[in-house]
Amino acid sequence: MQMQPDLLQEARRQAEICNACRYCEGYCSVFPALHAERAFADGDLTQLANLCHNCRGCYYACQYTAPHEFDLNLPQALANIRQDSWEELAFPRAAGKAFQKNGALIALVTVLGFALLFWAARALASVGGEGFYAVLSHNAMVAIFLPAFLFPLVSIGVSLRRYWRHVGAGPLRPGQVLAALRSAAQMKNLKGGHGDGCNFEDEDRCTHARRAVHQAVMYGFLLCFAATSVATVMHYVFGMPAPYGLFSVPKLLGIAGGLLLTVGCVEMIRLKLRADRHLGAVRAFGGELAFIGLLGFVAFSGLALYALGQTPAMPILLVLHLGAVLAFFLLTPFTKMAHGFYRLAALTVDAQRKG
Amino acid sequence: MTSDSPDIAIIGGGNAALCAAITAAEAGARVLILETAPKPYRGGNSRHTRNFRCMHHGPLGPLVDSYTEEEYLADLMKVTGGKTDEGLARLAIRSSEECLPWMQDHGVRFQPSLSGTLSLARTNAFFLGGGKSLVNAYYRTAERLGVQVEYEAAVTHLDLDDDRVTRIDYTQNGKSHSIAPKSVVVASGGFQADTDWLARAWGPAAKNFLIRGTPYNRGVVLADLLDQGIEQVGDPTQCHAVAIDGRAPKFDGGIVTRLDCVPFSIVVNKDAQRFYDEGEDVWPKRYAIWGRLVAAQPDQVGYVIIDAKSLELFMPSVFPPIKADTLEELADKMGLPADALVQTVAEFNNSCGDTSQFHPTELDGVSTTGLNPPKTNWARPITEPPFYGYSLRTGVTFTYLGLKVDGRAQCAIGNRPVRNLWAAGETMAGSILGQGYLAGFGMTIGTVFGRIAGKEAAAHANAT
Repeated sequence: MQMQPDLLQEARRQAEICNACRYCEGYCSVFPALHAERAFADGDLTQLANLCHNCRGCYYACQYTAPHEFDLNLPQALANIRQDSWEELAFPRAAGKAFQKNGALIALVTVLGFALLFWAARALASVGGEGFYAVLSHNAMVAIFLPAFLFPLVSIGVSLRRYWRHVGAGPLRPGQVLAALRSAAQMKNLKGGHGDGCNFEDEDRCTHARRAVHQAVMYGFLLCFAATSVATVMHYVFGMPAPYGLFSVPKLLGIAGGLLLTVGCVEMIRLKLRADRHLGAVRAFGGELAFIGLLGFVAFSGLALYALGQTPAMPILLVLHLGAVLAFFLLTPFTKMAHGFYRLAALTVDAQRKG
Repeated sequence: MTSDSPDIAIIGGGNAALCAAITAAEAGARVLILETAPKPYRGGNSRHTRNFRCMHHGPLGPLVDSYTEEEYLADLMKVTGGKTDEGLARLAIRSSEECLPWMQDHGVRFQPSLSGTLSLARTNAFFLGGGKSLVNAYYRTAERLGVQVEYEAAVTHLDLDDDRVTRIDYTQNGKSHSIAPKSVVVASGGFQADTDWLARAWGPAAKNFLIRGTPYNRGVVLADLLDQGIEQVGDPTQCHAVAIDGRAPKFDGGIVTRLDCVPFSIVVNKDAQRFYDEGEDVWPKRYAIWGRLVAAQPDQVGYVIIDAKSLELFMPSVFPPIKADTLEELADKMGLPADALVQTVAEFNNSCGDTSQFHPTELDGVSTTGLNPPKTNWARPITEPPFYGYSLRTGVTFTYLGLKVDGRAQCAIGNRPVRNLWAAGETMAGSILGQGYLAGFGMTIGTVFGRIAGKEAAAHANAT
């Protein structure tokens, strides 16, 4: 694995200044971990970078930001390392390099997803199916989406293994994973240490906006995922195929999740447009926005499909929704979506090192 | 003269100025802050601070146990050698306890004592993010209260009519302005960033000093007021100086330039000769003395020499040490005479004795014998390559000369109070501290007297 030496060197320079200052110790998990080291190997920097949630508290508090000659911008330095690590650790690596920073390519894959589904709907037209399955048979859906679901899992599994080796982590214990899940569940690292939230959309003003929006996206996504999982179980285990009524478990989970996810993605894009881009990985901005847009579209088209499922718009909506879902699944290891997995890994390693 | 003069003008933009501005604005006054620095450098030396020394009965905020008025005063008396105004010191100490919740109410957030500073967990409340985050929080609060802030507004003159300030002149973006506020608070620090003034006071050696904090504390307002006969206090020739990394920037190097390795080293001058007992006491009690010791050496520079076994005994600092496999090579890299350094180290090594009792964090009594000057603790021979070196220079923290104030933070002229002039922070800290310094006490003075000045200035403005 060959991470960019200039990015590593810059992050190392900044980490050494931070280690001599330590004023930011209470903000997040990064600083206690940083202060425990005297020298920073590439793996150490990668771990710190993936621990950093980009809350920016340290930047606005820093006495050494530009125009000071030390020119500290730790959120940016760590964001660059983080971004680089996601590209380098991706499996296959070329896909990480291609998509992470490239919003246009993400959009292109989404359009290809639409096209594939259109083709599938025409070529593999269902015979005698009902509802959605009249557009595309259940078996055709499974044939497309099962590999599209398993591929990212395998890919991310390989990447996390690489991450584990790169940062020099020890054997995994359940308690460490639990600690990481607890932290992620509350988004503890976006609370700012004082509980007032992070500095994002309005310079040094602390708010919970980003944390709230991130929670909406995360829990929205998890609810949608749960809806699909429950539906899968209902279909295969209990022989209860879709469509499901409004008060069924898949629908209740899916509608709640879809609303949270749609609103969360729209608000996240608005926050990102207001925030200072130079405190993040500048070159990845387009890729991030495109990914959030795709995720939001998945949610929104899912809701639209439910709302207009009994109208003539249904087939086209179904194709658009499934095309977006396909693109989303396939791109998961190579877009911002991957950050959740790396973040959990970093939090787990952090719990391990805190003992 | 502008017609829209504020009720109160506050000169300066650091902790004391902000505490005064917030207090005055909450009392209903229209307040203007004239900060000479541009916005990114606002806050004076406060942006480099990290804690607030606070009296307390029982746990308070991040502080554990209790810290009584008498203990606090005793600590202060010890570091100042008794050169303390006891009345004002007790006022600052006593008021500090109510300040901490006030600070929290106005946006300041605290954190537990930083790693490496556990000894301060009882006495000093650390700001989360340090002084700049405190300054940011206060600016947010002040602006919410309607305080007007002008950056790059350099006050050049205060016009006095007998015992009253009648006019403030300042320049901003090349334009001159004059205002006539009802009350004026001076909170614009000392003069240490004016190295010409420092050199006049201390001697030409001061040109080689580094200034640890803001380049904007040039003492313009202080000089203007003293020239007009406002009462002064503090030794005009003295500054608080510590030994810091010689590679630090001329200004604004702040905390990261400190070097904690002296007790584990030998320190030589540019002729590679030792000049003081490096192991006299633990470093927090000696770093200020070393500022003066280095100032007295040729070219005002010292060189710290350690070997591999001591490298990890102290907090990492911002610049990596100079590293060499032999003492000759190290001398070369540091610009020291190699023969002399080798000889100095050999003499030192030969006078070291039993080092089995070595203990890095306690006075261990591991000393040299027959060496002049001796090293009385942590004296281990420098033998294990690679060898490491740092240069040391004098870093000025603040100056003692200032405006004399009373318990209401009011300035005086000819033994009468100036009716509408108050001072807070470093610019009047000499009223309390005659010499020496106690960690976190500068922020205590700034907060306590800033609040007093704001209250008094507002009362005066509201009554006229």
